[in-house]
Amino acid sequence: MEEMAWCLARDLSTRPLSPGILFSFSCSTAHFPTAGEETTFYCVVHSIVDGLYLSREPSSNVSANLIFIHHCRLILLLLHLHLHLHLHLHLLFLVLSFQQNIQFLIVQPISSSMSETSSSNCFSWAAAAAPARENKSSRPHIQPLSSFICRGRVERGGRTPLSNCERDFLLKAIEEKKRLDGRQTYDYRKMKITFGTDYGCCFVDLGKTRVMAQVSGELVAPKENRPNEGIMFFNIELSPMASPAFEQGRQSELSVKLNRQLERCLRNSKCIDTESLCVVSGEKVWQIRVDVHMLNHDGNLMDAASIAAITALCHFKRPDVGIQGDEVTVYSPEERDPIPLSIYHMPISVSFSFFQQGTYLLVDPCEREERVMDGLLMIAMNKHREICSIQSSGGIMLLKEQVMRCSKIASVKVSEITELISKALENDKRARKAGGRCGFAESMPQERITALKTDETSVEMTDASERANDIVENAEVPPQTVSSPVVPAPGVGQVGQGLQNNWGLEEEEDGDVVDISDSEEEEVKCSIQFQPEGGRNVKTKTEKMKARTP
Amino acid sequence: MGNVVQRQTRGALRFQLFRKMAGLELLSDQGYRLDGRKATELRKFQARMGVFAQADGSAYLEQGNTKALAVVYGPHEVRGARSRIRHDRAVINCQYSMATFSTAERKRRPHGDRKSTEMSLHLKQTFEAAVMTQLYPRSQIDIYVKILQSDGGNYSVCVNAATLAVIDAGIPMRDYVCACTVGFVDETPLADLCYAEEGGGVSSLALALLPRGGQIALLQMDARLHQDHLEALIEAAMTACKGVSKVLDQVVRQHLQEASVPSAE
Repeated sequence: MEEMAWCLARDLSTRPLSPGILFSFSCSTAHFPTAGEETTFYCVVHSIVDGLYLSREPSSNVSANLIFIHHCRLILLLLHLHLHLHLHLHLLFLVLSFQQNIQFLIVQPISSSMSETSSSNCFSWAAAAAPARENKSSRPHIQPLSSFICRGRVERGGRTPLSNCERDFLLKAIEEKKRLDGRQTYDYRKMKITFGTDYGCCFVDLGKTRVMAQVSGELVAPKENRPNEGIMFFNIELSPMASPAFEQGRQSELSVKLNRQLERCLRNSKCIDTESLCVVSGEKVWQIRVDVHMLNHDGNLMDAASIAAITALCHFKRPDVGIQGDEVTVYSPEERDPIPLSIYHMPISVSFSFFQQGTYLLVDPCEREERVMDGLLMIAMNKHREICSIQSSGGIMLLKEQVMRCSKIASVKVSEITELISKALENDKRARKAGGRCGFAESMPQERITALKTDETSVEMTDASERANDIVENAEVPPQTVSSPVVPAPGVGQVGQGLQNNWGLEEEEDGDVVDISDSEEEEVKCSIQFQPEGGRNVKTKTEKMKARTP
Repeated sequence: MGNVVQRQTRGALRFQLFRKMAGLELLSDQGYRLDGRKATELRKFQARMGVFAQADGSAYLEQGNTKALAVVYGPHEVRGARSRIRHDRAVINCQYSMATFSTAERKRRPHGDRKSTEMSLHLKQTFEAAVMTQLYPRSQIDIYVKILQSDGGNYSVCVNAATLAVIDAGIPMRDYVCACTVGFVDETPLADLCYAEEGGGVSSLALALLPRGGQIALLQMDARLHQDHLEALIEAAMTACKGVSKVLDQVVRQHLQEASVPSAE
């Protein structure tokens, strides 16, 4: 049986396969798995892959050769040899899809008779078969095979994996100091701060990242070891509304990380006077609770959350309290004006993302940049240049000089952001005093289409426009007249001359036949020399320049 | 913006006065700390490797009064979620927990709360940078650390203990991972903080370093520190970590010597 399968496979591999053919082969059936069958399957897969690779024309432009191997009744050797299961595996579809850059191997069990363990085994076995090929240096392109399989399994929760092309593009662009949205390396995205109708409700837009913070207070009993201090409680909610990668309910690693970082940034730095929150020592203190909700995840959640939290705390006003003997009266906002919290300083966090093992650094990464980064450094500072918290994450190795440089950049950014927050708070205070309408609904711009106009994205175009100018200057004037057809030889017609090929191809020889299409029947004569026809003048560059100057 | 009160300097002065009055002088005029150490001195270091026979690698470490136990299993096949398998490297799984009797007040929830999860994540991140995971694709390395007595510098002691345990397990690493917590008091950096020093509102910096290349695997700082002092603090932390690495190296060599002596006979 084994030799038969082996010969069949070898035979297939030597025959040239053209695209679109469906072939089926089946091996015979159920035996106890033995070492012989393992090698059979391995050889079969091996030779199929061999054959398919050899069948590809080296210079072909075919984008995909799909070959279905139909009705393979192969016995897949279970990795756990102690499982002596009598498996009869039906209808295993092996789909090998070859594309120019990305190749992946998908194993799909069709029949339900295939048990879960066996399918996962065959999955992992097939994946294991692929990296075994890496040893052969002639086939480096098969390496992404297994990585895609594993990646497809790892990325659960609705987030599509990032393709290799996109990843390479992003990394390359970062190496050339270019970002997706045209920012510079140390630039923040456009930040907008708006407030809701209640005191303590704040919305922060950092580019497309949108975050909402709400502060609320209630009277509770204090902690035993701190009887005359109020309690601060921080909570960050990552709901699936923000991103399909967030799962509802489960406390993911990111959620823990963000929560702890916000706590350390705001609580340990003692930005709020907690002693002023005490009403009756040992019995009643104010518990100030800050809830931050992520509304849209487009990168850099930590910065947006910290800005939202501290702005909401600055905006919040707690109800006034009166003590008469043993009685404590809480006055509603209509009876007595609510009192703002006493805030010592405003810690703001700045995130730095590192790429290529710490060589390149970006401030305020967007979501795509976050996916390809190596690690993140978060520095929380206030405008008095005091560092409130530093946290490195993601397994990058930093050097002391990098940390110092980041702290200098952070101090500049923090002072800018603090300016912005103060201005926003001022505006809101003025609007409320003037009696104007304020709140979330008013802060949304009325988007009426009055003109079909999109915002100009700020992309750096200087070198592109210089190149464009060069090309325009050096380009020749295209032929104005449409010439009459010419018959150079019977059966061949020619209308006009083609445009001169100015793509800078150096290998072209004069008068050669250039193959530019898939199909081998057509031959296009592409003559390189531009022959002026009918007494037309070919203007030289200097003449054109003279013509242009008035 | 009327509600941002510039009470910072007053608060700091008040706090210092309170400390002096309460007798909690973290750094005396002669340069001695609460436990009699100088500013740059580390606590007494005692370590033992290979304490458990069952585990692949284990270590017990005492730094002053902080006692930590680290156990390493691996590299072995990935258990549990198959989705965690990485095709080109090993997955490192860390768990940090404190014994309920480790602190002054009995701990209600030894693991699963946010601080423990955060600490586990930090440990994982530190060791992912240091262990040569590319040598063990599709496998998993488990590191479990337990604090038996907590007297400050929990994270640093965990990292040092885990380094010894990983070395005991025979898993190759790029370099020793040494960690130390330093604080800043009266314009002086204090190395290797104890609990009383940590709790006093002192800005503390925890640093995990690979000494040979001077690469920082993890940097964590809480509480306020002026930017100008940052460089001095990081320098002090790096010097302290290099000191720790010397001690760790000595411990490893001694353990190897002890282990090889019976075979020499």
